[in-house]
Amino acid sequence: MARKSDTVSLFINDVPVKIHRGASIMEAAHKAKVDIPHLCNHRHLTPTGACRLCVVELEGEGPGRPLIAACARPAESGMRVLTHTDRAVAARRLVLELLLSDHPGDCLTCEQSGHCKLQDLAYEYQVADSRFRGRRNRYPIDTANPFIVRDFEKCVKCYRCAQACQELQFCEVIDYMGRGFDTMVTSALNRPLPETECVQCGRCVSVCPVGALTEKPSRYRGRSKDLKKTVTTCPYCGVGCAIVLETDGQHIVRVTSREDSPVNKGDLCVKGRFGYGFVNSPDRLITPLIRKDGELVPASWNEAIAAVAAGLKRTKQEYGADAIGFLSSSKCTNEENYLMQKFARAGVGTNNIDNCARL
Amino acid sequence: MAGLAAAFGSGAMTNSLEDIGEADVILVIGSNTTEAHPILGLNIIDSVKNKDARLIVAEPRRIPLVKYADMWLSQKPGTDVALINGLMHVILDIGLADKSFIKERTEGFAAVVAMVEKYTPDYVESITGIPAADIVRAAEIYAGADKATIIYAMGITQHTTGVDNVMTLANLAMMTGNIGQPGMGVNPLRGQNNVQGACDMGALPNVYPGYQSVADVGVRKSFEAAWGRKLPKKPGLTATEMTRAAGTPAAKGGIRAMYIMGENPILSEPDQAHIIAGLKGLDFLVVQDIFLTETARLADVVLPAATFAEKSGTFTSTERRVQPVRKAIQPPGEALSDWKIIGLVSSKFGYKMNYHSSAAIFEEIAAVTPAYGGISHHRIEVCGIHWPCPTPGHPGTPILHTETFARGKGKFHAIDYKPPAEVTDAKYPLILTTGRYLAQWHTGTMTRKVDGLNEIEPEARVDINPADAKKYGVKNKRSVTVTTRRGSVTAKARLTEDVPVGVIYMPFHYAEAAANAVTNPALDPVAKIPELKVAAAKISQK
Repeated sequence: MARKSDTVSLFINDVPVKIHRGASIMEAAHKAKVDIPHLCNHRHLTPTGACRLCVVELEGEGPGRPLIAACARPAESGMRVLTHTDRAVAARRLVLELLLSDHPGDCLTCEQSGHCKLQDLAYEYQVADSRFRGRRNRYPIDTANPFIVRDFEKCVKCYRCAQACQELQFCEVIDYMGRGFDTMVTSALNRPLPETECVQCGRCVSVCPVGALTEKPSRYRGRSKDLKKTVTTCPYCGVGCAIVLETDGQHIVRVTSREDSPVNKGDLCVKGRFGYGFVNSPDRLITPLIRKDGELVPASWNEAIAAVAAGLKRTKQEYGADAIGFLSSSKCTNEENYLMQKFARAGVGTNNIDNCARL
Repeated sequence: MAGLAAAFGSGAMTNSLEDIGEADVILVIGSNTTEAHPILGLNIIDSVKNKDARLIVAEPRRIPLVKYADMWLSQKPGTDVALINGLMHVILDIGLADKSFIKERTEGFAAVVAMVEKYTPDYVESITGIPAADIVRAAEIYAGADKATIIYAMGITQHTTGVDNVMTLANLAMMTGNIGQPGMGVNPLRGQNNVQGACDMGALPNVYPGYQSVADVGVRKSFEAAWGRKLPKKPGLTATEMTRAAGTPAAKGGIRAMYIMGENPILSEPDQAHIIAGLKGLDFLVVQDIFLTETARLADVVLPAATFAEKSGTFTSTERRVQPVRKAIQPPGEALSDWKIIGLVSSKFGYKMNYHSSAAIFEEIAAVTPAYGGISHHRIEVCGIHWPCPTPGHPGTPILHTETFARGKGKFHAIDYKPPAEVTDAKYPLILTTGRYLAQWHTGTMTRKVDGLNEIEPEARVDINPADAKKYGVKNKRSVTVTTRRGSVTAKARLTEDVPVGVIYMPFHYAEAAANAVTNPALDPVAKIPELKVAAAKISQK
């Protein structure tokens, strides 16, 4: 049982909440089902307090009390946190105005539209325009990577991508570059990712709250908000990561991960996240084939199934069941492997059945 | 798997993937984890960087994990038994064996003590090439840990001594009491997504679903009752045995017809020329796949199958976790789910199969497979279940052998070192070993259809140590021909100290530079795994 001092009790906008000691105000608010806006905070990353959108006030601190970052400040017993005071809201609007003053307003064609934290917050806080009309950062869109498009004009410097690269993927390819207005969050010397130690896992893309980092293979093929999402299991190695297929009815448009998946906690490798192109490949077999006069030619299912049954029967009659061999597949499901060995043993009458476990 | 089953009574991972984070010491041997099982690789690095775990990597090549390791033991390929026996020798010497665990939970230890007697650090150095002092230090680290785990993959099993290798690892874990609790264990990593499941389901020549022996009369009777047919008594042939028997006369035990589902043995099996000749010699070949693979091109009938995204069912991951596969889109054209195709073929053949869904098939699996008895499609919705899960109320079993071993007592096996089937000589002075790239997969059937992955890893490379390159006159980035007793392949040379002197390394993903055209088909006598990790080779450049 947790000792009393292991938890703290506080109020988030009059909602009482208990949480483990060391948790942030943000986590306490989440538990109290109060939404505190943020761009940089992420459940698997160390809080940085970079975006300043999560600022809240503590009741009882008197006039001139500071705005504190809910993501970085530990929750303490007796705190009365006010998440949406006039000052907090004004501060957030100011941050949003500053961000939008250096952000291209191309939501119309942005991949992230409908799935963009900045867009959502601009809407929620009714920030349509910015008072700040100064210099704008101008960068070419970097499409020189096999899977990742980098549009630095959209970067909000939340630093999530760099943290994911360092803390989750241990690659340390991405970090701050430059100072002040010229700051970029990018690879060393802004080199193309293939020239770095990048393993193309796409974890940076998965945590980007805006359209700065997006998946190249899915560009203009469908926005996340419009796609059907199916949680399933990755078809590559034996680790068994959970993946989410985003599909448009016929095609896999992109593969994403879920931060709460028990096995991989949102992480995926380059194959899991980007290796789905084979599914919609034009080279897929779309009809049965039967060899006629030395050539494989299209056939109906009826013909093909009859040919298979006849070929196996002929061999069994002539040489016995043990002259037939079955290779089942470790790429197929349990159900399919079960049926294959059942057919070999009970249907045909041989134990000549194996899969590629040894290879 | 056979090795672990002999020692513990179960061939699967003893612990869960998450559980590896509990270990104080992680011994990774014969696994290039960050490339072949990348997300587990992250867990290992996380343990080292954030949880003070110590990492020992035993691997001939300098794999990426070496960067995070306390120790890198670069053994000569095929000398793992000598290395592990050496570690055990030292552990006995320094008195770190877990006497009470050995006494209470195991049998056969005396023979191991006698066997490892001669494996002094100096003797082991002479076999493995690892400095004696490193062997002592590694033994101290592993045996000194409160909780130590062993992780291995194909680098341990794809040898003629694969079963020996696994049994010695089991010896090492048992003699230090590293079984049955979080952060401990012996953990084989499955290569393919559902190797564990395919084996669990009895897609093996000697067992029915749930590893129930076909040689056991009682078991056979119960499956005959469940399936309504008389079942064959004789255990069958393994994949490598089948493909090698393919096309030979039936009177001599040859295979005359094959039904191959979702496999591409021309690239995955050793000694490619022999496999092709065998498949061509068959009277009848059926291939069921998603693409017209190298193997499918030889078929008499090709059946178009659905991918994982186009069907429902379950996969069982390497940690014995049964997880859902859900249909997201329709298969293209007339392609069908494999389970539907098998049902059609079987019914036409005269053995009726009328399953209306994969969930219905799973119900039958649960009924005949004790370890899956409590699992259903419904129960694995959220996060899967680790088998064994015998009853519907059972929570699953992330850690095996907690109280007793699956076979009762853990069994030690005294194993002597045997050299690989092929050793180097004047004509073939180098050791060829094979493996995988992060951005490609197995025989490339899936990944080579993905543009970006081909952009990252467009072609096979032959990794050669600069000293060997100099000796044999090989220049970097130029085509080099690798020749073994079975043939030659050509690929681009990459000079790198990631491979030790005397060893060259190739992936097996590429049909145009297929490592398995030249690898050794010599088999482990028990597990029948081919020795893909060691072949004697020579290199030449025009």
